[in-house]
Amino acid sequence: MTAQRFAPIPPRPAPARPVGAWVWLRSRLFCDRGTALTSLFIGALLLYGLPQLLDWAILRANWRPSVEACLADRAGACWGVIAEKYRIILMGRYPFDEQWRPLLATGLMVALLIVSCIRLFWQRWLVLLWLGVLATVFLLMHGQVLGLSPVDTDQWGGLPLTLLLSSLSIALAFPLALLVALGRRSALPAIRAVCTVYVELVRGVPLISVLFMASFLFPLFMPQGFSIDVLLRVLTGITLFAAAYMAEVIRGGLQAIPRGQIEAAAALGLSWWQTQRRIVLPQALAAVLPGLMNNFIAIFKDTSLVTIVSLYELTGALSLALNSDADWRPFKLEGYLFVALIYFVFCFAMSRYSLWVEKQLNRGRVR
Amino acid sequence: MFALTPTIRKRWSWRSRAVRGRVYQVLLLALLALLLWFLAGNTARNMAQRGIQSGFDFLLQPAGFEIGEGLFDFEASQAYWLAFLTGLGNTLRTALIGIVLATGLGSLLGIGRFSRSALLRGLCSAYVELFRNIPLLLQLLMWYLLLAEALPPLDAPARLGLLTLSKNGLTWQTTPEAEPLFALSPEFLALTLGLSLYTAAFIAEVVRAGIAAVPRGQSEAAAALGLSRQQALRRVVLPQALRIIIPPLTNQYLNLTKNSSLAVAIGYPDVVSIANTAINQTGRAVECLVIVMAIYLCLSLATSLLMNGYNARVALKER
Amino acid sequence: MSDPIIVFEKINKWYGDDFHVLRDIDLSVAKGERVVICGPSGSGKSTLIRCINRLEEHQQGRLVVNGLELGDDMKVVDAVRKQVGMVFQQFNLFPHLSVLENLTLAPIQVNQLSRQDAEENAMEQLARVKIAEQAHKYPLQLSGGQQQRVAIARALCLKPQIMLFDEPTSALDPEMIKEVLDVMSELAAQDITMLCVTHEMGFARAVADRVIFMDQGQIIEQNTPHAFFNHPQNERSRDFLSKILGH
Repeated sequence: MTAQRFAPIPPRPAPARPVGAWVWLRSRLFCDRGTALTSLFIGALLLYGLPQLLDWAILRANWRPSVEACLADRAGACWGVIAEKYRIILMGRYPFDEQWRPLLATGLMVALLIVSCIRLFWQRWLVLLWLGVLATVFLLMHGQVLGLSPVDTDQWGGLPLTLLLSSLSIALAFPLALLVALGRRSALPAIRAVCTVYVELVRGVPLISVLFMASFLFPLFMPQGFSIDVLLRVLTGITLFAAAYMAEVIRGGLQAIPRGQIEAAAALGLSWWQTQRRIVLPQALAAVLPGLMNNFIAIFKDTSLVTIVSLYELTGALSLALNSDADWRPFKLEGYLFVALIYFVFCFAMSRYSLWVEKQLNRGRVR
Repeated sequence: MFALTPTIRKRWSWRSRAVRGRVYQVLLLALLALLLWFLAGNTARNMAQRGIQSGFDFLLQPAGFEIGEGLFDFEASQAYWLAFLTGLGNTLRTALIGIVLATGLGSLLGIGRFSRSALLRGLCSAYVELFRNIPLLLQLLMWYLLLAEALPPLDAPARLGLLTLSKNGLTWQTTPEAEPLFALSPEFLALTLGLSLYTAAFIAEVVRAGIAAVPRGQSEAAAALGLSRQQALRRVVLPQALRIIIPPLTNQYLNLTKNSSLAVAIGYPDVVSIANTAINQTGRAVECLVIVMAIYLCLSLATSLLMNGYNARVALKER
Repeated sequence: MSDPIIVFEKINKWYGDDFHVLRDIDLSVAKGERVVICGPSGSGKSTLIRCINRLEEHQQGRLVVNGLELGDDMKVVDAVRKQVGMVFQQFNLFPHLSVLENLTLAPIQVNQLSRQDAEENAMEQLARVKIAEQAHKYPLQLSGGQQQRVAIARALCLKPQIMLFDEPTSALDPEMIKEVLDVMSELAAQDITMLCVTHEMGFARAVADRVIFMDQGQIIEQNTPHAFFNHPQNERSRDFLSKILGH
């Protein structure tokens, strides 16, 4: 075997791959027999079902808010019910004339959520911004300042209530969850026991029972003469519930920090609080940000349960709008679909954002 | 002669970590005790003011309401504790059937995400995204509405052998007029269907993550040995994925059991629903809620223990 | 030399659109030949041998293994995989199956052997790698060297004509490398075609018929071990050898 003559070969770009609709279809749907059969079967199902759905939902639907038109043609969806009732569905029992206030409040909260998602704004003052906006929203909805007429909390409802409950409970639950997560890993047995009992107790029971507890028991817990607002009761219940789940997520992140980090900090002379604040928590929280987003999505969906304790957020406002009006009651399904769409848009956006954040974090780890 | 030993005097200095730790713990416990004493005092005073007695003796008194369905019939003259038991039976019925259905559907969806057909992959993803992003309560209300409209009317029921499907639900009876040997109400059907479809979406994600977590080298080794994709999935990937899937799967089972409490919104008499009625009738909120929470805690504990046992049994044998 | 059992003709492979990982590879391996492939990391050595059993797909060129041309036809790929055994750097034993079950899985499922025949064959191969007493243990209960020997036995159970080794000792502790290399040397003496990607130059010197040096996706030099190690013809090979043999 003789040595061959060597001539260096420069890199070339890859050859153009065959393009075309048929090639695209073949690689994705018909690679082999089993796949082809599956694709054909599902294709047949879709071809059967989708046209019927489109027919009902769009082509033969009625868009005008007229009961007679809707009743006349039951073959199509009646989106007129939305055109007629959308203000009650979206705003609940809030007084009609003052509905610009919850509208503004909703806009502020959505803007706050969007701003919190952008990395550029992850500064110290974001916390102050949250407190500021939530306080403003509260005052805006409640009134009694700046000449705004007072509106009781049991008249708040619809989308603003959903957003307010979710944002406020997450904002309040987060510091509590942080303390509980740190407490659960504490070396002091009493603190660890108390935190563990709290988390396991709350995670073992359904949210409804916590809301019932908030609704029935909190008035009993108050000293005589004090009455506590229904909104505050429900908020406390949801906050305590959310904090337990968030504490578990944060604890997972804390456990993932290698012991060497804490040892290095100790060797440098940092105190326990300094170590936690500057070394452990920044890494742990960055790692569990997707998990916390999942918590937020779950809390957003769980606010629908406050309907059962008579606060008419988005789901409850729908029942309010349609149960009392016998004319429009046959079209409840369209109402449900509208509310489902609103939830879907919010939750889907948040879950996509969470996936994006996860990718960003992993980019920093891949060499 | 005595040996000279230095005496170690305990220094109660604030700088000592042990001392500080003890002080913190004592403070925390004292604060909690104070809080509990304050709350208990207020509760006792408020209950006395409203004329509500406390105590669990109400459980032996007749309930005064009927329960529409259950493993056995419940009359108004029977005791409260039996009512709670019926409610518990209803909760378990819907939870167990829901778990079985959700696991089956969820596993298929999770495995379907790895199919070679883009249509199947897309369909499974669409299902998961749709059902995960809409609140369960809304889904239950929708299914209840759809079943109420779609089920055949009482005078023209659908039949399959001894099974009859009508607006009364699904019953098993020999003739239309005979007593049904067992009956599933429309509320039960809506609740179980809604719970299963919702939880299946989450289980699909758990299964998908479990399969993706099996190291790629395992499928490569299986391929190098000549195993087909199906054979590799069944004999190499899925058994290993199962071990990764069990803890989050347990979580989903617990979630389903807790979510069955939403039955109160559609009128299915599960244990929370019964407790709600009991509170409205007797005013004993504390006792009833304690009972409900204790029941759910026991269910959670039992499920966790079962799954931990199964987990230990199938764990990979290491050194 | 006997007729070639593996033929690479102008093989080119890209990762994505711009990383040209194999450039115009022309290689022919004779039946029974023992080839060692070495080179710096990222040179495409593993990709080259993984193309032989279609764990990687080439985009241009012709690759023929034992008369079968590798392409998109899955039947041909299955036939090739029955004749080619592979040993991985990370062993890739199936941790949920015992050692014996690891070895009998493929013969039963792919070659349709009966359980008894498969187990007999498996015990033979385990004896060949001198680890028969561990047949009923589970992979995670064994040391790294033992696991890799089991992996070699697993590949041998299908009675392949070609054995591929992808850095078999790189994940092992130093004291276990020898036991695996001994097994590989014994295999080499038994007339099986071997392609081995490795950094173990002592093994190459003792066992190989040919040493191939690759860098940046190309075959830079190939020669007998004696000629390659003592008189490297190319500057890059000299550079590489000085780094590897220097310390």
